[in-house]
Amino acid sequence: MLVSYKWLKDYIELDDLTPHEVAEKLTRSGVEVDIVHVMNKGLKNIVVGKVLACEKHPEADKLNLCQVDIGEEETVQIVCGAANVGADQYVVVAKVGARLPGGMKIKRAKLRGQVSEGMICSLQELGFEGKVVAKEFAEGIFNFPTEVTPGSDALALLGLDDAVLELDLTANRADCLSLVGTAYEVAAILGRDVKLPEVNLSEASEKGSDYVSVNVEANEDNPYYGATMIKDVTIAPSPLWLQTRLMASGIRPINNVVDITNYVLLEYGQPLHAFDYDRFGSKEVLVRLANNGEKMVTLDDVERTLSDEYLVITNGSEPVALAGVMGGADSEVQDDTKNILLEAAYFKGSTVRKASRDLGLRSDASARFEKGVDPNRVKKAGERAAAMIAELAGGQVLSGVVAYDELDRSEKKINISLDKINGLLGTDIDTDTVMSIFSKLKFEATVAGNNFTISVPTRRQDIVIAADIIEEVARLYGYDNIPTTLPNTATTPGGLTVVQAKKRKLKRFLENSGLHEAITYSLTTAEKEAFFTESVSHRVKVALPMSEDRSTLRTTLIPHLLEVLSHNKNRSMPNVRVYEMGSVFHTDEESASKQPDEKTLLSGALMGVWHEHSWQAEKKVVDFFVAKGIVEGIFAELNVQGELRFVQGEPKGFHPGRTAIVELDGFQVGIVGQLHPVVAKEWSLPETYVFEIDLRYVLSEPSKEVRYDTIPRYPAMERDIALVVDEKVKSEDVERQIVALGSPLLKNVELFDLYQGEHLEEGKKSLAFSLRYQDPEKTLTEDEVTTVHEKVLEGLKEKLGATLRS
Amino acid sequence: MLDRLQELKDEALNKVKEATNLKDLKELRIAYLGKKGPIQEVMKGMGKLSKEERPKVGQVANDVREAVTALIEEKEQKLEEEALSAKLKEESVDVTLPGRPISKGSRHPLTTVVETIEDVFIGMGFTVAEGPEVETDYYNFESLNLPKHHPARDMQDTFFITNDLLLRTQTSPVQTRTMEKHEGKGPVKIICPGKVYRRDEDDATHSHQFMQIEGLVIDENIRMSDLKGIFEQFVKRYFGEGREIRLRPSYFPFTEPSAELDVSCAICGGEGCRTCKQTGWIEVLGSGMVHPNVLRMSGFDPEKYTGFAFGMGVERFAMLKYGVDDIRHFYTNDTRFLSQFKRV
Ligand SMILES: [Zn+2]
Repeated sequence: MLVSYKWLKDYIELDDLTPHEVAEKLTRSGVEVDIVHVMNKGLKNIVVGKVLACEKHPEADKLNLCQVDIGEEETVQIVCGAANVGADQYVVVAKVGARLPGGMKIKRAKLRGQVSEGMICSLQELGFEGKVVAKEFAEGIFNFPTEVTPGSDALALLGLDDAVLELDLTANRADCLSLVGTAYEVAAILGRDVKLPEVNLSEASEKGSDYVSVNVEANEDNPYYGATMIKDVTIAPSPLWLQTRLMASGIRPINNVVDITNYVLLEYGQPLHAFDYDRFGSKEVLVRLANNGEKMVTLDDVERTLSDEYLVITNGSEPVALAGVMGGADSEVQDDTKNILLEAAYFKGSTVRKASRDLGLRSDASARFEKGVDPNRVKKAGERAAAMIAELAGGQVLSGVVAYDELDRSEKKINISLDKINGLLGTDIDTDTVMSIFSKLKFEATVAGNNFTISVPTRRQDIVIAADIIEEVARLYGYDNIPTTLPNTATTPGGLTVVQAKKRKLKRFLENSGLHEAITYSLTTAEKEAFFTESVSHRVKVALPMSEDRSTLRTTLIPHLLEVLSHNKNRSMPNVRVYEMGSVFHTDEESASKQPDEKTLLSGALMGVWHEHSWQAEKKVVDFFVAKGIVEGIFAELNVQGELRFVQGEPKGFHPGRTAIVELDGFQVGIVGQLHPVVAKEWSLPETYVFEIDLRYVLSEPSKEVRYDTIPRYPAMERDIALVVDEKVKSEDVERQIVALGSPLLKNVELFDLYQGEHLEEGKKSLAFSLRYQDPEKTLTEDEVTTVHEKVLEGLKEKLGATLRS
Repeated sequence: MLDRLQELKDEALNKVKEATNLKDLKELRIAYLGKKGPIQEVMKGMGKLSKEERPKVGQVANDVREAVTALIEEKEQKLEEEALSAKLKEESVDVTLPGRPISKGSRHPLTTVVETIEDVFIGMGFTVAEGPEVETDYYNFESLNLPKHHPARDMQDTFFITNDLLLRTQTSPVQTRTMEKHEGKGPVKIICPGKVYRRDEDDATHSHQFMQIEGLVIDENIRMSDLKGIFEQFVKRYFGEGREIRLRPSYFPFTEPSAELDVSCAICGGEGCRTCKQTGWIEVLGSGMVHPNVLRMSGFDPEKYTGFAFGMGVERFAMLKYGVDDIRHFYTNDTRFLSQFKRV
């Protein structure tokens, strides 16, 4: 909402305050003023000029040489490029030395050999937005509609000696969508009176009802419809003061009648509509719901298809207006319009909102109806407009508003106690102060003991319950005056849940392991995931996606991390390790109809060098075991009770020989492996390793309790063995055998070498383990260890065909 | 004999003094103090001496031995030290060469902001509540006093999945769900961090996905002044001492009265600058007293219980704190961006 400060002063005394002061007060008490536009900011030396003569520039077709009287002793010559400039016009002249918006300075110039002393201005050049400039001046210079004294201040005449307050209204404060409503708000803050406009309407003896009848079928959507007949108007441009007020408010002047309806809309917040009576098509106004598929052309010359949820004004058969949204093109007021049917009506907000949203048609009218107009201003607004049309367009207002009226205009009563107010605010306000706040708000209130009864004016549709009254008291009392306390509640132990704490722990571990934490978007396409999943159905899809790329909720984080790698690689960062902890969404339906299954995954992606120390010529490239090490670290960090295993697997999208399924107690909880080279190519990635762990299972798994173990008092003995086994034998199996055979004296087994190739038989490999024997009760002898060790070796030979490497 | 001993002493001491390495010293030790050494030789002749002379000569011989031994040891230690320092000198490295890097990743700045705020509120007795990102219309809107067709729904353009399912536009549904679990009994003290989604075109200041942290306190006798008190604590701990706060009336469908919280601008100290749009204040969160309808719908008796709620944008906090000028950086995950937060 744009509020002209000069216009606002029609309704409230503000001479002692600057627009910025008023803006600050409004903002602090709940109506935020985004910006104060000082209209003449940066404008200087701009006056009225009279074009005495205008002829073509001898050297340039498109330029005119104008002799202009600017109220000084000598006329000046100005070269003007506007096509609509002509002799005898009163124009806006930026004199030599003038300043225009944006810091432009006017100098004496020579244009194609002709002296130009100033500039004849368009309204846009003075800072008006193109969309508010009347059509006739949109493409050229402005000229005044009436005689004005050359040399006089053009800025004042154009209403530029004003400031406009741009209100950023919250959805509840529809009452401030009007000058009068804003005046009430300012009045409440300042404790001043509001002066409402005087309406002096003289009606002709002829009756409106002889010309028109009003019937409403949809009375719930339209409890009041008033039609006023105005005969014999003369359509013309509005007087300049009216045009400039509309322009300051962001509305383009059109003609006197339409401008007046807009003027009253801005003044009272009540949208009105003027029909050309002779183009209305009948003598009957019938308001009804539209028929499904019914069509009408709106004022903007677009054909609209209607539904039975929209309310329309009809002439008994055809729709002539989309109620509360926009009029129809057929009955629009035109230059030759003589007789006016003026509509002032109350349309239900949700009905208007439905049509306006569906059709994407937001108008100044719909914005107000949607939020609820004041039922007590509808009639007044109609009278005000009728009187102005009579005065400014020479019409004759016929007697009697022809109306359908079922409108409830009663004021809501709210009861509240002083204790309740102070109890919720934590304040200690007294009765008198509360009563004075109600009086500033112009709310009628009575007090009995500590109980108030408030009658809420209908302009404040947002005030419905006691809490709304408390807010009014609080904001006028001043939020700054509310004390600062701490809650008197019982002490509660704050903290993270076990799962939340584990998540943080994992993040710390991964950061310290050299991975960057990434956060990516949840919305993606099923196509990107198709590389990893068999079927792309059973996805949660957004009904109206903003783009195909963001149409489906993800079921895996891997493609997102690959995108991150790809982004970095394309910017010359080839060594990147990232992880993400985030939700994925699964549904068991073809398309989701109930809340999907949401679970948290922990995924990582790694490419390039993971360790480098250049001057020592150390360089380690990410491989399967780097990725696996991270996954092992994750489980170690959580100290899970279950048994962790890595089982060779061939999941889709992964390298078939370098991928493991991560199992916890025999259940799949994740994957770690090399991205399939074909998939890597899709993202233009080099050898890349990824992992993905389902945290739902992993985090719910209890952690092992940490218990102190006695530090062994007797020395351990180490024995190293190099075994030759078939290359298909898994290291894990050998290790398990060793453990089984060597216990209980065997305390630890560690693989320290893997060898394959020369010196070994084809199809064989050598695995070297270090075995540690220890007895907690005594020092082991050579012989004791040898006995067990021999047993281990024999067992390995028997079970796995392992021989000692010579 | 005494003369001979004195002579041997002088000779040995001189030679030890002149020795330049440990090997020579070792040889001198054997030569003079060994079993076949000259001192021992002299001692052997002691048998020929009288009873009176014997102890006297013995004493002198011992003195000579001790003097030579002491000097050899002293010299040995000195030579050893010299040898060690020579060796260490040879081992020296160029300390200006780069060290072996310990590779460290980074915490996403949004995570840092979330965890920091969580910790401030945990310190004040709050717990952290979480909930689903795909919500029902009821939890996301209706239970928050936003019935269908409410104009305030326009404030949040929504990604609908079906008529009833949507991507949550705020983390407030977590509040409703938590309140329901409390079955009408206070106190409730939670904060709810999480991802939310709105139909905004991505640009420097808008993102279709972003993060919020909301908070809720419900109990008997919770007052608006308490909300101010909690904010004062929060601002002090998150933004540091010396920042002022102010509340401004505002509107949210789920609170009444509602307020925006402003914090005095750290950059200009309240004088007005570009960051604070010349106002001296920075808007950091929306808040208010829980609307009676919201309490009622979630099973709390509004006659008995009151409460306050607040919500803040994590990206906004991160942008203010680190001076990030484009919200898209948080979701692009460029490592040149992420690496800057290693030391946060
Ligand atoms: Zn500032």
